[in-house]
Amino acid sequence: MTDLELKIQSIRYRQKLLECIKRAGAGHTGGDLSCIDILNVLYSRILKVSPETFDEPGRDRYIQSKGHSVEALYVVLGDMGFFPECDLETLCQYGTHYVGHPTRKVQGVEQNTGALGHGLAFGVGVALAGKMDGATYRTFTLLGDGELAEGSNWESMMTAAHYRLDNLTAIIDRNTLQISGPTHEVCDLEPLEDKFRAFGWSVRAVDGHDITNLSETLGTTPFETGRPNAVIARTVKGKGISFMENDVTWHHRVPNDEQYERAQQELKAQLAEVTS
Amino acid sequence: MRFVAGSELGRANLEVFSETLLSLARKDRNVIAVTSDSRGSGKLTPFAEAVPGQVVEVGIAEQNLVGVAAGLASAGKIVFAVSPASFLTARALEQIKNDVCYSDRPVKLIGISAGVSYGALGSTHHATHDLAALRAIDNLTMIVPADNFETAEAVKSAARMSQPVYIRFGKRSLPHLHAPGARFQPGQALLVQDGTDVAFIATGETVQPALMAARELEGHGLSCRVISMHTVKPLDTDAVVAAATQCRAVVTVEEHSVFGGLGEACAAVLMQAGIHVPFKIVGFPDEYMVTGGQLEIFGHYGISASGLAQTAQTLRKNGG
Repeated sequence: MTDLELKIQSIRYRQKLLECIKRAGAGHTGGDLSCIDILNVLYSRILKVSPETFDEPGRDRYIQSKGHSVEALYVVLGDMGFFPECDLETLCQYGTHYVGHPTRKVQGVEQNTGALGHGLAFGVGVALAGKMDGATYRTFTLLGDGELAEGSNWESMMTAAHYRLDNLTAIIDRNTLQISGPTHEVCDLEPLEDKFRAFGWSVRAVDGHDITNLSETLGTTPFETGRPNAVIARTVKGKGISFMENDVTWHHRVPNDEQYERAQQELKAQLAEVTS
Repeated sequence: MRFVAGSELGRANLEVFSETLLSLARKDRNVIAVTSDSRGSGKLTPFAEAVPGQVVEVGIAEQNLVGVAAGLASAGKIVFAVSPASFLTARALEQIKNDVCYSDRPVKLIGISAGVSYGALGSTHHATHDLAALRAIDNLTMIVPADNFETAEAVKSAARMSQPVYIRFGKRSLPHLHAPGARFQPGQALLVQDGTDVAFIATGETVQPALMAARELEGHGLSCRVISMHTVKPLDTDAVVAAATQCRAVVTVEEHSVFGGLGEACAAVLMQAGIHVPFKIVGFPDEYMVTGGQLEIFGHYGISASGLAQTAQTLRKNGG
C-alpha cells in the first residue's frame, strides 16, 4: 500500500473505532485516536502476521500493553480479516468475547492485557524465546506514556538490555496525557529518551501520526545490534477530531449524538481532502 | 521390609524439586527455569551449571519474573518460574492472575521456602497467605507436596500440564510417607493411613506432624485417618466427604493462615453437602508469627504431634 492509501486507511479506522465506541457506549476514545496510525503501519507494513499465519511459531508478535485502547486494535484486526468485522457490533455487550480490554478469545490477540505494566515483560519472554531458538521473528509492544509509571516496565527494560534483545521493540504512545492530566503533572517522565538509553536501549523519536516516518523507523529495527529498540512516538491524544485533541476529558469519554456527528463530519472532510 | 510411613527420613522437597527439574531439562531443552536471583535458595546452582542455556535470570524482580515466564511459555517453552513463595505470590499476584491464569499460559509457578520455612527471618519472608490469595484466581492448580515422592511427581505432572500450576514447598528434610508403587495424580488425595475415629486432612509439611499425632492417639485407642491433601485446588471433595462421613471428627492442618486455605475449603465442601461433623481448622491465627524456626512456629500454634493430638481429643470431647 502507498503512503496515501495508508493515510486514507487511518481515517477509515478512526471512523470505525468511533462507530464501535458510540455503539458500545464505552471506550477509550482519546488513546485509540492517538495510537491508530501506529497500529495501521504495524499491521499493514511491518508485522509478518496474518489470520493464516497467526498460529505459526515464526510469526511476528504484537502485544498491546496499553490494553485500554482495545477499540483501535479490534478495528485493525477486523480489517485484516482476523474475524468478521460485524463481530464488533457486540463490543462490550453481555456474553461477548469482545471485552473492553484485549483477550486471546479474540483471534489475533497475542495476550490478555488491560492492567498496565504487563505487556513489556511478556514481550521480553517472547523475544528471549526467539533468541534461544534462533528464530527470526520480531516482537513489538505498545505502551502508553502514563503506563511507564508502573515499575514493572523498568524491571523488564533492564532484562531486555541484559539479554541483548534487539528483536524486541517498545513503542511508546507519547501523547503526554493520562486520565488525571498531563504526564508532567501526574508523574514526570522526562527526559524519557535518556532514560531508555540509560537502561541500554537504542532509541528513536518519531511523529506517531506520520505514516512515512513511522514506516521508516519501525521498518529498520534493530537500530543497533544487541540493543532493544525504543520508539518514542510523539502523538496527540484524540488525534483527528478537533474538539477531542489534547483534551484529557476524552480519555474514556463517549461522544453524544451531536459530538459523534461532528466527529464523523470532520473525518469525512479529511477523507475528501486526502483523496482529492 | 514392610514400609512404615514416616519412619525413614528423606531429603528436603526443595532438593528433590531441583533434581527432578534437572532430569526433565536434560531430556528436553525447552524446559526452562526462570529465577529472581533465587538460584542459590532454589538449589538450582547445579541446574545452572549443567544446562546453562536453560536458565533465565531476571534479578530480584518478581513481577518481571512471572511476565517473562508467561512470554516464554507462549513461545513453546516449558517454564518453571522459581522464587520464594512469599514474594512470588504477593509481589507478582497481578502477573499470576493476568499474565498466567487469565491468559491461560501454562507456567509452572514454584514457590520455594513456602509457609514459615524461613522461620526466624520473620513475616516478610513467610508465605501464609498464598493459598488464600491464589484459590480465588481462576485456572490455577495448586499443589503442596508432603514428601519427596509427592514433590517429584508434582514437578513431573506440572511439566506435562497445559494449564497453569502453583507448587509450594519448604526446605526441611521430610520423612517418606508413601509406600513404593503409590500413584500420584493432581486432584486426588493420598491416604497415608486409614482410620475411623479422627480424620486428619493435612497438606504439605504438616502431614508429618498429623501422622505423628495419629500415632499418639492410637496409643489411646483411637483409630485415625491421615490424608495428604496435596492438591488444594481443585480439591478432592470425595476424599473430604468420605473422611467426614466415615470418621467421627475431622481436623484440617496446613502451614498457612486459617483464613482461606485448606481448612476453609474443606469446611465449605462439608457445609454445602449438609454434612455436620466435629471439625477444627488448624493453621496460623490472625497474627504475625512468633519468632522461631519452622518447627518451633509449628509447635507454638499446635501443629505438632502433641498439639494436634490434644486438638483431636478436645474436639471429640466437646464437639462429638
